Amino acid sequence: MASTQTPPADYEKYHVPESSSLAVRATIGLITTVFGAALVLNDMTFGDSEAPSSAKWVLIAGLLFFTATLASWFGTAIKENIQGLNSAQLSHSYVLGMFWFIFSEVMFFAAFFGVLFYVRQLAGPWLAGEGDGGRMNGLLWPGFEFVWPPVTTPQESVGGVDSQLIANNGVFGTSERSMAFADAHHWYQWLPMWNTIILLTSSFTCHVAHAGILKGDIKKFNRWLAVTVALGIVFVFLQAAEYYEAYQHFGLTLNSGIYGSTFFLLTGFHGFHVAMGMTMLLIQLIRSVKGKHFSASDHFGFEASSWYWHFVDVVWVFLFLFVYIL
Amino acid sequence: MGAHHGPAKGMSRWLLTTNHKDIGTMYLWFSFAMFILGGAFAMVIRAELFQPGMQLVEPGFFNQMTTLHGLVMVFGAIMPSFVGLANWMIPMMIGAPDMALPRMNNWSFWILPPSFLMLASTLFMEGGAPAFGWTFYAPLSTTYAPPSVTFFIFAIHILGVSSIMGSINIIATVMNMRAPGMSYMKMPLFVWTWLITAFLLVAVMPVLAGAVTMMLMDIHFGTSFFSAAGGGDPVLFQHVFWFFGHPEVYIIILPAFGVVSQIIPAFSRKPLFGYASMVYATASIALLSFIVWAHHMYTVGMPVAGELFFMYATMLIAVPTGVKVFNWITTMWRGALSFETPMLFCLGFLVLFTLGGFTGLMLSIAPADFQYHDTYFVVAHFHYVMVAGAVFSMTAAVYYWIPKWTGRMYSESMGRIHFWVSFIGFNIAFFPQHFVGLAGMPRRIPDYSLQFADFNMMSSIGAFIYGASQLLFLYNVIVTIVAGEKVGEDKIWDGAEGLEWTVPCPAPYHTFEVPPKIDAVSAHA
Repeated sequence: MASTQTPPADYEKYHVPESSSLAVRATIGLITTVFGAALVLNDMTFGDSEAPSSAKWVLIAGLLFFTATLASWFGTAIKENIQGLNSAQLSHSYVLGMFWFIFSEVMFFAAFFGVLFYVRQLAGPWLAGEGDGGRMNGLLWPGFEFVWPPVTTPQESVGGVDSQLIANNGVFGTSERSMAFADAHHWYQWLPMWNTIILLTSSFTCHVAHAGILKGDIKKFNRWLAVTVALGIVFVFLQAAEYYEAYQHFGLTLNSGIYGSTFFLLTGFHGFHVAMGMTMLLIQLIRSVKGKHFSASDHFGFEASSWYWHFVDVVWVFLFLFVYIL
Repeated sequence: MGAHHGPAKGMSRWLLTTNHKDIGTMYLWFSFAMFILGGAFAMVIRAELFQPGMQLVEPGFFNQMTTLHGLVMVFGAIMPSFVGLANWMIPMMIGAPDMALPRMNNWSFWILPPSFLMLASTLFMEGGAPAFGWTFYAPLSTTYAPPSVTFFIFAIHILGVSSIMGSINIIATVMNMRAPGMSYMKMPLFVWTWLITAFLLVAVMPVLAGAVTMMLMDIHFGTSFFSAAGGGDPVLFQHVFWFFGHPEVYIIILPAFGVVSQIIPAFSRKPLFGYASMVYATASIALLSFIVWAHHMYTVGMPVAGELFFMYATMLIAVPTGVKVFNWITTMWRGALSFETPMLFCLGFLVLFTLGGFTGLMLSIAPADFQYHDTYFVVAHFHYVMVAGAVFSMTAAVYYWIPKWTGRMYSESMGRIHFWVSFIGFNIAFFPQHFVGLAGMPRRIPDYSLQFADFNMMSSIGAFIYGASQLLFLYNVIVTIVAGEKVGEDKIWDGAEGLEWTVPCPAPYHTFEVPPKIDAVSAHA
């Protein structure tokens, strides 16, 4: 089946590191982190608030160790690239790795969007008495009506946590206001709109930076990448301001029934991803300015980060549409 | 292989390795350890069910056993075993020097043992281990869960991370590392099935992560995803879970199909019948797996339109699966058959998996499922596909390739004894469960009505026999490694095809550092 092993003339060796401690270190970091996180959460929910606990130190130690390991891992990969160990084939493995990683992230968000659609289109109307199972509404949640954003939770409609009708497993109130567009006179105060403009612009500036590096124009690249990072920081800042507003002025919290649940989980995971993408781009900027790592033909670190950036941008467009507007 | 280093000495070889064969070996041994652990849980279950009434364990502990048995077998035994096989075989089958991302490969293995340690440690926590079944339906897994659920959630997260990284690695390897001339339609079918499996894993593992994340939020942060009182829906959990869960069962069985498609041609001394249709059937099964999830939920209360859609979509899966069974049988037709241990396990697979497929077809009929749902009929069905399907084919794979891995031959007579004891034990254990299930015995209950007593005792005896036969397997493998007869040739089985049979036995530490050239005329294995 296979003929004798003579390398083709253009064959470049595929670099396989002889051995590496990175995987074991990253394992220690990751496992300590999640173990610490589980301890912290269990203390919070099931624990005795008076009892002293070292749980958060386990979590912090894990996070620090994990972050340090990741930094060292990426550092190693960058060094190998500079040493010229990355053949074209190896570089393509990184491209595929990043692509399929982003695909997995798409599916992660798809799960939460699926939850949002299910609640809005199916579960909500059923709770309010629609469909085959609708007569249960009269038994379980008499008086509950479903609109989106919700004005009341089923629990509230039957008398709140004191109601004997239901097995209560929490306090599910409703917010005074939702995040939907409310006031046409003060449209300029609506943060989600600004956030949309900022993130779309940042995707564009990121693309301009990319065009710059493709022409070998490092100055242009650095300038526009810096603008992109700055816009990312502004976005995260505004998102934090929005959360502050939600908690302080709208009474919108994680406990605000299914609206608060879906709102905070969708925008929260998105915001976290923006922070990640922003950090990735910032590192590329530092690499470019300090390390002079990039050239017109060699800038995969930036390219991968930019794909990620465009991805979080696209997710935001869907969020803006389905969480804020529709 | 020139000036290249062999493996390092001692423990650091395993901790620091980037070698796909070392990592494959670790996966295989780890999964076997988990197989024994999950098997021990099963023995507790079967011992309690030996007779009606409560004898050995508390009902709460029984629930912990069924939960951990399922979790450990699915995530700890079957999945990692096939990842181990992929690690060992895919680079050798496509003529690659290693996996595409070797350090990440090691990482995806090493996070598994500590996360299972964390999962097993919940047995000793206050309130006990998770007891809500391996499907962890809310609100059992949220409102009514023991505190150890938090550790369970993070363990699932880590397993997901491991699977996603492992799958990305496999996809990158298959897409990018094939030797020149190894076109997609020349790849051995095991490689094809793993490529499609890896795609499924990258697609649905994040959804599982989403499900456990929402549980975490409901438990600790007062959200109401799975609580109707807040406007959510416990049934929503089932939808999200099974959107992951149904592709998951194909994640388990597709690599098994791949193994069988390698071994049956080898012992029939004929090329695989209908190679291209096998590839298309595998892809069809994978795509259909995304639109059938609610057939696990017929009795939960769904609009009739939903029941019908999921029923017909599910039945469609029988078509590509039928294509596969037909092709395997036709491969054997007029072949020069011989019945060494790997072939015996594949034939066991073929007969019993097909039976499991037929009971699956019965379960897919929504109105009939109202009778079968959550009975021992379901337990029998999925053990026929999980054990006689996935585990039998995995066992076949070990016997088939162990000479390549170790350079030593296993004992054929012991292998055959292992097969027959497994085959008979398995059927004694699970065949009667069809009957008690159809008669209405519910699953996940530590006690049962008297009329089920005889069949349950049979079942337990069969389970003990099957369990004991795995110790025979372990013994057989160890004897092979330590004292098996050394093999001289590269190609152990005269009917075998594929690049892995062009390298020496045992396979050198590094293979195909220079890619082989695939001859234009040579067919796929």
